[in-house]
Amino acid sequence: MSLTHQDVARIAKLARIAVTDEEIVAVGAQLNNIFSLIEQMQAVDTDGIEPMAHPQDVSLRLRDDVVTESDRRAAFQAIAPQVENGLFLVPKVIE
Amino acid sequence: MKWEVVIGIEVHVQLNTASKIFSGASTAFGAAPNTQASAVELAFPGVLPVLNRAVVDKAIRLGLALDAKINQKNVFARKNYFYPDLPKGYQISQMELPIVEHGKIKILVGDQEKVIGVTRAHMEEDAGKSLHEDFHGLSGIDLNRAGTPLLEVVSEPDMRSVDEALAYVKVLYALVTWLGICDGNMQEGSFRMDVNVSVRPEGQKEFGTRREIKNLNSFRFLEQAAKYEIQWQIDTLEDGGKVQQATVLFDPDSGETRMMRSKEDAHDYRYFPDPDLLPVRISDEQIARIRADLPELPGAMQARFVESYGVSAYDAALLTSSLKQAEYFEAAAKASGQGKLAANWVNGEIAARLNRDGKEIGDCPIDAARLSGLIVRIADGTLSSKLAKQVFEAMWDSELSADAIIERDGLKQVSDVGAIEKMVDEAIAANPKAVEEFRAGKEKALNALAGQVMKASKGKANPAQVQEILKQKLA
Amino acid sequence: MINATLKALSQQLAAKAVSSEELAGLYLDRIAALNPTLNAFISVDRDKTLAEARAADALRAAGQAGLLAGVPIAHKDIFCQQGWKTSCGSKMLDNFISPYDAHVVEQCRAAGLVTLGRTNMDEFAMGSSNENSFYGPVKNPWDLAAIPGGSSGGSAAVVAARLAPVATGTDTGGSIRQPASHCGVTGIKPTYGVVSRYGMVAYASSLDQGGPLAQTAEDCALLLNVMAGFDQRDSTSLERAKEDYSRDLNAPLNGLKIGLPREYFAEGLSADVAGVVDGAIAELKKLGAEVVEISLPNTQLSIPAYYVIAPAEASTNLSRYDGVRYGHRAAEYKDLVDMYEKTRAEGFGAEVKRRIMVGTYVLSHGYYDAYYLKAQKIRRLIANDFKAAFEQCDVILGPVAPSAAFNLGEKSGDPVQMYLSDIYTLSVNLAGLPGMSVPAGFAANGRPVGLQIIGNYFGEAKMLNVAHQFQQATDWHTKAPAL
Repeated sequence: MSLTHQDVARIAKLARIAVTDEEIVAVGAQLNNIFSLIEQMQAVDTDGIEPMAHPQDVSLRLRDDVVTESDRRAAFQAIAPQVENGLFLVPKVIE
Repeated sequence: MKWEVVIGIEVHVQLNTASKIFSGASTAFGAAPNTQASAVELAFPGVLPVLNRAVVDKAIRLGLALDAKINQKNVFARKNYFYPDLPKGYQISQMELPIVEHGKIKILVGDQEKVIGVTRAHMEEDAGKSLHEDFHGLSGIDLNRAGTPLLEVVSEPDMRSVDEALAYVKVLYALVTWLGICDGNMQEGSFRMDVNVSVRPEGQKEFGTRREIKNLNSFRFLEQAAKYEIQWQIDTLEDGGKVQQATVLFDPDSGETRMMRSKEDAHDYRYFPDPDLLPVRISDEQIARIRADLPELPGAMQARFVESYGVSAYDAALLTSSLKQAEYFEAAAKASGQGKLAANWVNGEIAARLNRDGKEIGDCPIDAARLSGLIVRIADGTLSSKLAKQVFEAMWDSELSADAIIERDGLKQVSDVGAIEKMVDEAIAANPKAVEEFRAGKEKALNALAGQVMKASKGKANPAQVQEILKQKLA
Repeated sequence: MINATLKALSQQLAAKAVSSEELAGLYLDRIAALNPTLNAFISVDRDKTLAEARAADALRAAGQAGLLAGVPIAHKDIFCQQGWKTSCGSKMLDNFISPYDAHVVEQCRAAGLVTLGRTNMDEFAMGSSNENSFYGPVKNPWDLAAIPGGSSGGSAAVVAARLAPVATGTDTGGSIRQPASHCGVTGIKPTYGVVSRYGMVAYASSLDQGGPLAQTAEDCALLLNVMAGFDQRDSTSLERAKEDYSRDLNAPLNGLKIGLPREYFAEGLSADVAGVVDGAIAELKKLGAEVVEISLPNTQLSIPAYYVIAPAEASTNLSRYDGVRYGHRAAEYKDLVDMYEKTRAEGFGAEVKRRIMVGTYVLSHGYYDAYYLKAQKIRRLIANDFKAAFEQCDVILGPVAPSAAFNLGEKSGDPVQMYLSDIYTLSVNLAGLPGMSVPAGFAANGRPVGLQIIGNYFGEAKMLNVAHQFQQATDWHTKAPAL
């Protein structure tokens, strides 16, 4: 398997990371090295093996439906890049 | 060419919990922006989700009511995409193992019953809101709604008309409010519908290409949007065009749908099990406990209404369009002992008046006890149907009982034989011509005489008795 | 005083031989003198630290001081701490003053530990050399030309350089053990779920685990007693009875069965490290331990499996850094997507971007089964290997890294070479087992070498027992670099 420059551009777009054409070339080469390492997995027969998502085979603990949080907007927005009237501002969202 | 419509619907049902699905922040509607967004909803570094038990219980409740399979192991997954109202850059939802699968909903269109398959219902978190008022050309983000628990209920593409689609969403709406898992407030977005529409030539096996109308929050919009979309697709195909898979938005002002994004720019959501959350496991005991706590469901109640009160299937379906409506009917039916009459009044006059005033059954100025008082007077002959309507009007605007109004306005139907005979005699005496015509075989002349009697009684004479006595006298 | 252990300091504080304020001042002066050379701290705030120390002294005066009250500690810059910059080694969070405490920080605060500062680290804990920090690399106190290891390189370096008696760290693929080994200090990564991840900036959620770094195993046990514990805000935190991790420190090692995995002593292990590990095993045998050879056949596969699972989780864990609510936002952009892309291109360093891209790719449409699912199946095979191994032994011993610390810049151009050096640590995280590194000697070039001890699930007390007995018989852990 080999990632093309087009693949790298697509992944960068999905990940919302700006990349220049030069970066695509350099990153593409590094990613291909990493994937040649990763490809070692394909040699292993894993038929019938149950995937392991978590170290412990335990069930999710549930929380009672109780309001425990109070308004901390002032503290939270003190470190926000741009706010007005309690709203976080971003470039126009187009639907 | 004849076209067949195929519709499948996804509904986002907001669950009426006190706190959010993954944090202890309040879900109350209408607070100042971002005052109900905790560190979890704001996706601060290092904060983690903890699942609200009530969300699981409510999902099971709906699953049981849909006669569905409850997956006793179900798993949360991350749905990844970037959007400012989605602070983590992913929505916690369920993908491969949802909590509810394979349910069904029975609908009635005209007198045709049909079962619509419910593919799945899964738990997920709502997103925040982007406000587009002018902030110097910017958008404002309010994350109060972020993390509000949702059940996404996905149907099979089983509906073949807009009427079926409407019937389906109305039954589902009735069910989630009936079960007490959703406040049903559609203006506030508690019940939001995405409608997948496609058309195909009648007889064709394969589905046509579908377009999804996103985010409809009223039944009227659903109806308008689906009708417009169906016509648009048929026109497009008949003009030799092709329907491209796409997501569209409905504009209530123009009544049209417009494309939001095509399949080409569809997201790659990169679903995978959320490593911050372990599998949800549901015990047999938990299911049994929730099952025992279920109210009588609309379907069962409809059957019982037909059986116990002799109402039609159609009326029973209308009566169970909400739990409050059904309870209102049953209270009136029981108190009056007149199921059919009660059904007629609840589905007839009361529904019409509520509809006119834009009210729900819960706001009905006449409660079930007062309505049954009216029904009793109809059944015992005290009120003709015409008088009954007059009493009903008076009751609507007052708090008086039917009897009090009858008494006050002297509206009691006259059934006293002597009094009617006297008025009949007077009418015969005053209308010799009509009498002559009747005796000559002109049946209609009898109605003219009866009309005179009714007029003389100011409408209070029992019409059946008037007819009967007239016939006796003229025989 | 500066070479004293946590235990010794707590005794001196209890005896009122020194005040917490004096102690903090002593360390702060040393930090001021040496940190410009070592670059081991990202943030130091003298006033805040002294205020905390005075509060600890007041508690002691009121007779309410606990065992560790007043002892200074350094926190890895990954644990959110209210009022402190919590950068995670990234430009993205260079302006992030945390509005809340991580569970670990809360626990330390409640125990009266005094924050000396925030230690340097590889950006978002991604790295094995500390060269991926936005704040520049940490220097190894033993040899300024060497890397300190990563990602908890700052924490390991401050303990080694005696800039703090203890420090917190996190370990996702070896990030406590490997820098502990390279800096000649003791560090333990507990069983997954023992230390709450709440407020610990996430790298790879199913692998991340916090733990202590200190001079001795005994100190690690004391600090782990503070850091561990159930926390309802972390769904993966295990609800278990509180443990005293120091309870078995003094148990004899007679009859202890030590497993030596064949695969850990195969090709690729440097002679230096092999010699140190062999020496440590010989020492433990003298203490009564028995040795059995075991096999962990899928060890080699831990590298590809880890470098799929960790980047996959990381790629979505790091989506929240979008410049909307906190952290870096690009100065100029033409629209929303441009803002996201520039913010993230500027805010993240090269290694973080690489891992985000790898993770994004392996989760993308059509590749999930071939990569992510496959890696999870291999993860199961690796966990099964350990399960079988622990039927034959009590603890597993081996090297932490194939060689002693390499030179700064030596591998930074080749990510794959860097990844390969994680071979002995990754499987422990994939299985969720506890693992530790204990100073056991030096390489020919004078750089420290650690011995890795891997325990069964919840076997921390047993591992600490082995490490403590080893440290009673040896003095490697008492060696300090000349600075």
